[in-house]
Amino acid sequence: MWKQLLSADVLRGLGQAATAAGAAVAVMLLARTRRIHVERETTVALVRGFLQIVIVGWILALLLRGPSWTSIPILAFMMVAAAATSARRAKRIPGAFRASLYGIVVGTGVTIGLMTLLGAIDPAISTLVPIGSMLIANAMNTNGLALDRFRSEVQAHVGHVESALALGAAPETAVSRYVQSSYQASLIPAIDNLRSLGIVWIPGLMAGMVLSGSPPLYAAIYQFVTLAMIFASSGLTSLISTTLISAHAFSPAEQLVLRPGPEA
Amino acid sequence: MGSSFEVVLRTDRLGRTVSGRAIVQDVSIEVRQGDVLGIVGPSGAGKSSFLRLLNRLDEPTSGTFFLEARDYRQITPRELRRKVGMVMQTAFLFPGTVAENIRFGPDQRGERLEDGRVAELLRQVGLDGFAAHAVDHLSGGEAQRVAFARAVANSPSVLLLDEPTSALDDLAKLQVETVIRDVVRASHLTCLIVTHDREVAARLADRILVLEGGRAKLIGPIREVLNVEATS
Repeated sequence: MWKQLLSADVLRGLGQAATAAGAAVAVMLLARTRRIHVERETTVALVRGFLQIVIVGWILALLLRGPSWTSIPILAFMMVAAAATSARRAKRIPGAFRASLYGIVVGTGVTIGLMTLLGAIDPAISTLVPIGSMLIANAMNTNGLALDRFRSEVQAHVGHVESALALGAAPETAVSRYVQSSYQASLIPAIDNLRSLGIVWIPGLMAGMVLSGSPPLYAAIYQFVTLAMIFASSGLTSLISTTLISAHAFSPAEQLVLRPGPEA
Repeated sequence: MGSSFEVVLRTDRLGRTVSGRAIVQDVSIEVRQGDVLGIVGPSGAGKSSFLRLLNRLDEPTSGTFFLEARDYRQITPRELRRKVGMVMQTAFLFPGTVAENIRFGPDQRGERLEDGRVAELLRQVGLDGFAAHAVDHLSGGEAQRVAFARAVANSPSVLLLDEPTSALDDLAKLQVETVIRDVVRASHLTCLIVTHDREVAARLADRILVLEGGRAKLIGPIREVLNVEATS
């Protein structure tokens, strides 16, 4: 086992990690000469980051040797964790976790399932889990942005929302403008990523594929495939969660409960 | 005294307590068809909070109220809010045109307000020909008159006006006040007007309710209430 753990690749990686960490420590020492003290934070962050990613890599190495179906519980766990993380953005909205969970499970689940069936994602666990995790992580960010934006929009327009209610509007009508703007705002990063692809940045997936020997053109095309899937899954997630969350902004008697502060 | 069927709105020990603090307590009043009731009192007396209970923007925590002899809990919130319209301190117009704002209420029930009715409402509030104007080009006074017409367009049984002129300059205040008085009288509307200004209440209302600490301190015809206050 130790032989496997300390293979030539791992030893080479450890050497590279030490070199990269050395660069970070050098910057830390440079800052120290300017009387900027970040030694503690930098050291803790470096050690913690290294241990976390090595542990995750080790767990993945074990899991990726398992049968294909094990990707389902792995991805399901990621979806729940992602829903809990992004729901924190909408703490004051009751039901934020449930809306996030439904959004992420349906948004990423449908995209991953469909793309796997259509051959855009290799069903092998070693491909499905990393690609799936990318989709889930991006859906989490998009969902968090959408909920945060929805909360701030509604809280900034309480008067308009209540005016609409006071005229007999349904709660979903009273906040529909803010659902739309939250949805649009949440998709800005995904749209910008697609727009600037290859011009402003060469994403990690493509870089990794090229480094591991894939033809650069195929790596480039597959990077586009991934970003398009990210857009689809994030868009569907955000669409579902903003639709669901708008109902939770109101009481059963259709009163706005998502208000900026305690009642005056 | 009119007979009981003329009572449009009746509150029975209505109250609201939030986090242990009573905002409105045991308010019992009757408002008859065509009555204009001014609600006055110092800041924090619970005037606006009392109005918000009557179209259920906030939930009463004690007592009840009856609209046209029906307990509010027997009426769906949307239907109640259509029947108990509200104009707030700020106009809060929706982006779009004046006509779109006027039509908003009826649109919610799938009813299309005819162009003629929109024009008539705008004429009543002194904004003849404003139907196609974008709301972001209106002055504060014009916007508040559109908000008033928007509430009237819903044909409410009771109209709640929450300090409708307090955010306006003196000239606009006078214009809006005139519009409210004329339309309310002409349409025989039943109104509850919150104001911190007793002179405004005296000009617009038939009766006054004085709230203090969330409780009804006095209620009655304007002169009577003012006399009682002057001698106490």
